[in-house]
Amino acid sequence: MFAVDPRRTSSVRWAELWAALDVGTDIALANAIGREIIAAGLEHREFIENATTGFDDYRRTVEPYTLAYAERESGVPAATIRTMAHEYARARRAMICWTLGITEHHNAVDNVLALVNLALLTGHVGRYGSGLNPLRGQNNVQGGGDMGALPDRLSGFQHVENDEFRAKFERAWGVTVPPERGWHLSQMFEAMERGDLRALYVIGENPLQSEADQNHARHLLEGLDFVVAQDLFLTKTAELAHVVLPASAAWCESEGTVTNSERRVQRVRKAIEAPAGARGDLEILFELARRMGRDWGRPDAETIWNEVRRLSPMHAGMSYARLEKHGGLQWPCYDEEHPGEMFLHSRLWERPLHGPRVGFAPVEHDPPVDKLDDEFPLRLTTGRRLEEYNTGVQTSGYHSPLRRGESLDVSPEDADRYGLREGEVVRVRSRRGAVEVPIRRDDGLRPGLTFMTLHFPDDVATNLLTIDATDPKSGTAEFKATAICIERLGV
Amino acid sequence: MKPEPIWFRPPPPPSRPPAAPARPAAPPVEVSIDGQRATVPGGATILDACRARGVDVPTLCFLPTLTPVNVCRVCVVEVIGSRALVPACSRRVEPGMAIQTESERVRVSRRMVLELLASSVDLSTAPGLHDMMARYGARPERYGRPAAPAAAGERDRREPGHHEAPVGERAETVAQPVKIDNDLYMRDYSKCVLCYKCVEACGVDAQNTFAIAVAGRGFDARISTEADVPLPDSACVYCGNCIGVCPTGALMFKREHDMRAAGTWDESKQRTTDTICPYCGVGCTLSLHVQDNRIVKVTSPADVSITSGHLCIKGRFGFTFVEPPGKDSD
Repeated sequence: MFAVDPRRTSSVRWAELWAALDVGTDIALANAIGREIIAAGLEHREFIENATTGFDDYRRTVEPYTLAYAERESGVPAATIRTMAHEYARARRAMICWTLGITEHHNAVDNVLALVNLALLTGHVGRYGSGLNPLRGQNNVQGGGDMGALPDRLSGFQHVENDEFRAKFERAWGVTVPPERGWHLSQMFEAMERGDLRALYVIGENPLQSEADQNHARHLLEGLDFVVAQDLFLTKTAELAHVVLPASAAWCESEGTVTNSERRVQRVRKAIEAPAGARGDLEILFELARRMGRDWGRPDAETIWNEVRRLSPMHAGMSYARLEKHGGLQWPCYDEEHPGEMFLHSRLWERPLHGPRVGFAPVEHDPPVDKLDDEFPLRLTTGRRLEEYNTGVQTSGYHSPLRRGESLDVSPEDADRYGLREGEVVRVRSRRGAVEVPIRRDDGLRPGLTFMTLHFPDDVATNLLTIDATDPKSGTAEFKATAICIERLGV
Repeated sequence: MKPEPIWFRPPPPPSRPPAAPARPAAPPVEVSIDGQRATVPGGATILDACRARGVDVPTLCFLPTLTPVNVCRVCVVEVIGSRALVPACSRRVEPGMAIQTESERVRVSRRMVLELLASSVDLSTAPGLHDMMARYGARPERYGRPAAPAAAGERDRREPGHHEAPVGERAETVAQPVKIDNDLYMRDYSKCVLCYKCVEACGVDAQNTFAIAVAGRGFDARISTEADVPLPDSACVYCGNCIGVCPTGALMFKREHDMRAAGTWDESKQRTTDTICPYCGVGCTLSLHVQDNRIVKVTSPADVSITSGHLCIKGRFGFTFVEPPGKDSD
């Protein structure tokens, strides 16, 4: 296992090799690995020739990414990069897994494409034990997208701008589906800024505390004409809402399905009764529809699921009975005889190739938006801790012995350089805001790198610091790269 | 005209669904079990072979999800020609092996093991062991009245060789006060049979945290954190996987422990519902044990491939957000 992470995490302790890159230099590193693989003649020529397009463009793009350049840019020693390149290319099976360290950047999609290019270059995709694996951070973030909770997709990733797909849904639903894609979350905030978006219906999210550049997010949310919040709790976002719809907990107070990181659709089941006044999400939506003059019938999870199966070919074979019997099924699962696909893209190994080739997507390194300078010399990156979860809405209630509240984690070198004591409360300032937070020395951090979580926003609103520079394709903000300075209090 | 991006239309499915590569099976092996001829897959253990044929061999320290450590000696069987009894859980079948699972030698050995355990350990929350004792006619009382419990921490400080002369009419025990040093789970080593399951689950078989190990020798052997520090000062990450594999209730959720102490723990009123963890994207199956509309315990089925019965701190303990604030007695 190779660990590529700015911090020495607990996973790094198990790794054969740690590439401690500077935050936001992923493409410099990935392109250098690609260049080295080509230079050493280790690319998978048969796969490239038969299943891909654009290899020559890719080779030209990565040509300037020498090991020396990548070492200068990323801080990872050239020999380490070379080892990673050779071992990855030579491995019989190899997979690349990533999480938000790749995607919470202003060039998130480019970061992912840089990794996809490496898999295409070596043929480590579409085969057992190989592949590209975004490890999902929430129990149904995969399922939400699969079900069409994306601005440009209907269920089963069917693009809303494809006339044939849209017509199928229009026939089934008896309504006209808007023929153009909608806004993703970041575009919604931009639309609020322009005054184009005046009302917001938030289901199960706490954007007031989870969005980057929190002061700005609050300002925009407060400026809306009408906000509805549907949630288990009176979150900070719900406090600001004009209408709050108390919902039950989807995972233990109602029936349905979620889809995990390996595309496995799994049943969630009702184990306890919801508190009085709280209703299931389905029931709330059905009741809203009724008030708007549409009777959708009985809000029953299995009935809805069977509608999904009729409209989304990749879910067609997943009856509740089969999900029960097999302990969940992995999509695509086209009919009731289909076992589901345990890994994707195996068609790329069929000769002659079955279906279209896949293209290399050359991308260039583009460092974080929030630049380090003399005033803001330290890099702040954010993440989670084992026992906590996001803004703490779900985890603040249980008594974890591991919990130690928010801190600004700094390297021992920086702590000494700035004369910071363990536990000393300092003011952390970015170009957007400031928070006061205790110092914690962490020898897993290298000089210049600091770390905070988002878990205790009522105590320390880390997102007052973060930048809302977003990736134009995914809409994800650059939570991972903030420039900060530390100011001692009362000195 | 711009070409249509590939993601407007999903690519065609492969000609056949992808599958894991087939692994060559070892040639089958001919053995006899209790005088019956049997053909069993090569590489199988004696226990696998017996269970596949419906022959019930009792186990204590064995779990299919853990590497066998061969410590409890409850599963021993007689292999003709072998000087010692062999542990069925780890010994692999060999061609021509003649296995006796309930011979007199086997029964005496099992009875002795169970008597030694029951005379020294509180098995009140280990119902499976009571059935086993009845089956083998174990009479732990013949070892004498239980000796007085150790004081808190006393057993943890014992050194090898520091023994008093045995008193014939009393049975030495592991009795000692319960250890409660955090809000999530407690440790009652009066109930520990030293099966090593918790150590294995904390180590390479599941969690790779290595917060606990067996310390001491002989009768003083016990499960201990590093240098016997309290759990919050140890490497423990509170996954609770040790509780999940503990066969005697020595490791127990704090909530279950408190309800048992208050007399409100009632398994006859409990329903178990399987659902999916509300946290990360792994998709662990949670079995929610519910009593009076309240989640009283969270486990995971050992036969679910995603978890093998193991969870993390959030899945195991992070459910209280669905309860009214203040009602949590923990």
